[in-house]
Amino acid sequence: MVEIPASDMPLETQQFGTHTGTALPLHPAGLSQGERAALSVCLSVSTDLQPALTPPPLLPPPARLAGSSGTITLRCKDLKVLQLEIPGMEECLNIASSIEALSSVDSVMMMYPFFYRPQSLRLEEGWHLFPLEQYFQQIASQTSQWRLSDVNRDFTTCPTYPPAVIVPAAVGDEALRKVARFRQGGRFPVLSYYHPRNGTAMLRSSQPLTGPNRKRCREDEMLLGTVLDEGERGFVIDTRSVQAAKQARMTGGGTEPKSSYPQWKRLHRPLERGRPLQESFIKLVEACNDTSINMDRWLSRLESSRWLSHVKAALSTACLAAQCLDREEASVLVHGAEGTDTTLLVTALAQVILDPSCRTLVGFQGLLEREWIQAGHPFHLRCSRSAYSHARLKQEAPLFLLFLDCVWQLSRQFPFSLEFSERLLLTLFDNAYASAYGTFLCNNEKERCLCKVKETTHSLWAWLNEPSEKKKYLNPLYSHNALVIWPSVEPQSIQLWQGLFFRWIRSSQHLDEAWAEIQRLVEGDDAPIKGNAGKRLSRSLSDPAARTENER
Amino acid sequence: MEHITTPKVENVKLLDRYMNRKAANGTLYLTATHLIYVEASAEVRKETWILHHHIATVEKLPLATAGYPLLIHCKNFHVAHFVIGQERDCHEVYTSLLKLSQPVKPEELYAFSYNPKMSKENREVGWKLIDLKVDYQRMGIPNDYWEITDVNKDYEVCNTYPPEIVVPRAANKAVVIGSSRFRSRGRIPVLSYLYKENNAAICRCSQPLAGFSARCLEDEQMLQAIREANPGSPFMYVVDTRPKLNAMANRAAGKGYENEDNYDNIRFKFIGIENIHVMRSSLQKLLEVCEMKSPSMSDFLTGLENSGWLRHIKAVMDAGVFLAKAVKDEKASVLVHCSDGWDRTAQVCSLASLLLDPFYRTFKGFMVLIEKEWIAMGHKFSHRCGHLCGDPKEVSPVFTQFVDCVWQLMQQFPCTFEFNERFLLEIHDHVYSCQFGNFLGTCHKEREDLKIFEKTHSLWPFLLQKKQELRNPLYRGFTAYKDLQPNTLPFSFQFWCGMYNRFDKGMHPKQCVLDHLLSCVSQKVKLEDSASELENKLPFLDGPLPSDGCSLSKVGPAASKTPMVNTPQGYEGDPPPALSNGATGGDGDVLSDVDQRNKENLSPHQDLHSHTIEVVDSETKEGKPRHH
Repeated sequence: MVEIPASDMPLETQQFGTHTGTALPLHPAGLSQGERAALSVCLSVSTDLQPALTPPPLLPPPARLAGSSGTITLRCKDLKVLQLEIPGMEECLNIASSIEALSSVDSVMMMYPFFYRPQSLRLEEGWHLFPLEQYFQQIASQTSQWRLSDVNRDFTTCPTYPPAVIVPAAVGDEALRKVARFRQGGRFPVLSYYHPRNGTAMLRSSQPLTGPNRKRCREDEMLLGTVLDEGERGFVIDTRSVQAAKQARMTGGGTEPKSSYPQWKRLHRPLERGRPLQESFIKLVEACNDTSINMDRWLSRLESSRWLSHVKAALSTACLAAQCLDREEASVLVHGAEGTDTTLLVTALAQVILDPSCRTLVGFQGLLEREWIQAGHPFHLRCSRSAYSHARLKQEAPLFLLFLDCVWQLSRQFPFSLEFSERLLLTLFDNAYASAYGTFLCNNEKERCLCKVKETTHSLWAWLNEPSEKKKYLNPLYSHNALVIWPSVEPQSIQLWQGLFFRWIRSSQHLDEAWAEIQRLVEGDDAPIKGNAGKRLSRSLSDPAARTENER
Repeated sequence: MEHITTPKVENVKLLDRYMNRKAANGTLYLTATHLIYVEASAEVRKETWILHHHIATVEKLPLATAGYPLLIHCKNFHVAHFVIGQERDCHEVYTSLLKLSQPVKPEELYAFSYNPKMSKENREVGWKLIDLKVDYQRMGIPNDYWEITDVNKDYEVCNTYPPEIVVPRAANKAVVIGSSRFRSRGRIPVLSYLYKENNAAICRCSQPLAGFSARCLEDEQMLQAIREANPGSPFMYVVDTRPKLNAMANRAAGKGYENEDNYDNIRFKFIGIENIHVMRSSLQKLLEVCEMKSPSMSDFLTGLENSGWLRHIKAVMDAGVFLAKAVKDEKASVLVHCSDGWDRTAQVCSLASLLLDPFYRTFKGFMVLIEKEWIAMGHKFSHRCGHLCGDPKEVSPVFTQFVDCVWQLMQQFPCTFEFNERFLLEIHDHVYSCQFGNFLGTCHKEREDLKIFEKTHSLWPFLLQKKQELRNPLYRGFTAYKDLQPNTLPFSFQFWCGMYNRFDKGMHPKQCVLDHLLSCVSQKVKLEDSASELENKLPFLDGPLPSDGCSLSKVGPAASKTPMVNTPQGYEGDPPPALSNGATGGDGDVLSDVDQRNKENLSPHQDLHSHTIEVVDSETKEGKPRHH
């Protein structure tokens, strides 16, 4: 596979934009920590690398007079574009085919995390930070309406669910198995979030298999019935359009008909996924990388990529779910078709909006673990090639990126309310597509068990939570906010995430300096000063003059 | 006040564009200077003040179920939608506002009646705060090549220039006079900025009266003198900021642009910035987009593109960057003009100065820049802002575009400006408010005739008083950065929600980083102050500005309460999700404080003149705990 094990030739690398490049040795089997950077380049390259062979430059330097040189363009999954100019046509071709082969490893077991052995971490670290049992204990301390079921312990009831799930206490495992047969891929309704103040619940599932003959399932109706008290109303948020949901009946899917689920009101909020979402991502990245376009063309390409429309739609739907739980005091069931994509986008985002514990660094990791990884978002299929792939991969779609983008929008509108910074979101994006860690490998827990991911790879969380690493991801402005953070979803309030889409194109020097300055200002604001200022503050607040104005 | 027939109307509703909630009843008052709306609601006292001068248009809309709607658009992009119970009241308010917002005589402008109870001496000191001569000295002028001349003291050379101008020493009076006859409205080439490090200069003028073939020896000598004042460069640029087609069309009218063959060693260049009419209609389209009710993302982005606004902002920025690069990198002097040299030329020259010289990025420097490139050099504020009833085709957002460009720079260089976004908004407000004399009239001569230096106040001391809340907490000081090289790729230009949707609070970030950082800074300042006070019994401030620091105590407590607004929204049905007009708690306190003073003497001297104040009692707000 490797034609030239280590190229000693100086590689001229030229990075796109203002970022200055460094020569990268292309060690294919560099398993030590020092060589990680080199390897991750290989790993993160899309298949779409272009060994565009350029003719010799017009005025070649003497050393190159004899031979010709070639240029390899590496389009990385983190959206970076690298150009390697390699003297010697043959070497160039060899390196290109090596990278090609190394970057399109098919077998999961051959991927980097299975070989990556950092000295500072232990293998088992980080894999059991967020047991569902612990999450369930919190809920159990407030209500007895829910129970932890191990009906799926051998992954037979639902191959994409984790072994343990939280279900209504009144429903037995036998009934769950029947419900699973009535839901696509066996994804029966499970608890996603329990709203402690209102006692309302958010559930998620896949679509019911009503089909063209309007099949019913008593156990499914019973399960959803037990969630609501008599006279209570719940909402089914279907992430497909009415039309799409109807059409799904033709192929055996469908929705919960009013007649069988009288207490549940259906709301359709179509969210894009699959190929159209991937195309949106590709179009946006193409527009961002085209530095020759004028203003009008840029705005029109930004618009026609529709990426920001998807951000707005995702945020609006998550707000709707959160509003049902928090304001309407009603329980919610969220599903689309398979229940592994837009469903998780909505349930995860709604929790960030509602629950302050999901907005801490560790809480957010727990949320990702629970609502994306364990919940069976097929990362391996969805995040394999990123934006530069021309291969029409049927399964590729940036739902997780869309989620991260929405969280970024929240962090912009509520700059004090998230404990973590943009940098964490960028790191998560990078790792979801190409990682040295096993956290985002495979499509579900069953596959992870088969591949022994938890036994033979390191957890991303272990690394992120190392004290020296952790502090890089903290938001210096964070201050605990117990309230719900309702974002504005007006177009004026939604911005393109420049930190991601222009990461390798614009210089961030001045913005980094601004963050350093913020850090300095906020940290200068430490204990002795705070104490003093606090006294001053309370004094001036109790100032009688100030009172009268407030009462005016 | 002969225009006010109905000073008070009850049962008036103020509709909120975003809130679904039933609009409460309130009372509308018309005073000599303001329209004031007081919402009569038990828990929330909400006042909306609109300065008459800020009103751009008043429209009566067709009868609605609740009454007679009156829609007011303000020049600071506030939009107020009132519904008045009685048709007669509505009509009277309408006709009064039409007259009040469009004074006919300059003496009716607010600045002439505005009385902040300040001593005559202080008022005069205020006008002397900005001295352009000091700025020329800063550049090293007069020097071997440049001199300050009073050749225009009787406005013989040019009646829209100030009495004192900076020209090359080599250009004698005959050259100056000769050149002035060859330049539109006599606006000869004068120095705008001298880059001391390499002697390259930015000069500005109006278009030459070249027609198809006319020449003027003195004008050619003038350009030669400018070029030779920079011995380091063998050539100079002449930049026409108009699109080439426009410039060519001007030739038919006996105007036009410089013929490269007639001037030695010039490099001529067009930079296509569109004219005032294009800009006016562009802003109009932009505002229509901003006002759309529940637009989709596509509606908004398509509207933004079709307005062309960001394209124009980029064109102005590109031109400023070109000038700065020519001066700094190519070490060449540049002569800039458009048609009359008071709109595009002012934008471009002031931007280039801002890019080149960190002084202009300080409070004082920015004031100097506006005084120098805009006010002194005869940008026709009165016409462009429509201060008086006049030709609507003269109105154009030229200054707004400049302010927008500065904001774009602030986004890219967050630590390089001493002031924050609010300073820009304050200035923008007062350009239209006519509360201070600075922006009245069209040129220096007219301001003299209006006696503004005797009868009105200058804005700058008032802004300096509020320095603590207008400063940029991230500013890293005068020496941290020299010239700025902004990214001018299209994505670097953003829609400025804080300007064009400024009064739609629900669209803005719900937590304000600026307030938080300002409170961090002011706490530190306070501590350092008291520490140093204790240390040396004789506190000595380094060159204090008038009442510098007096507002310190004011900002601290109010701003340190981190504003937190969490508002429930109607995500279902109509109107659309996630907007509410939530003024922040912290804001409310600051404003109400100012407002209290405003009301006491009914001649508010400090704040925004059309703002919405919500004084929310912390306990009543939906019973939710407030942050901090």
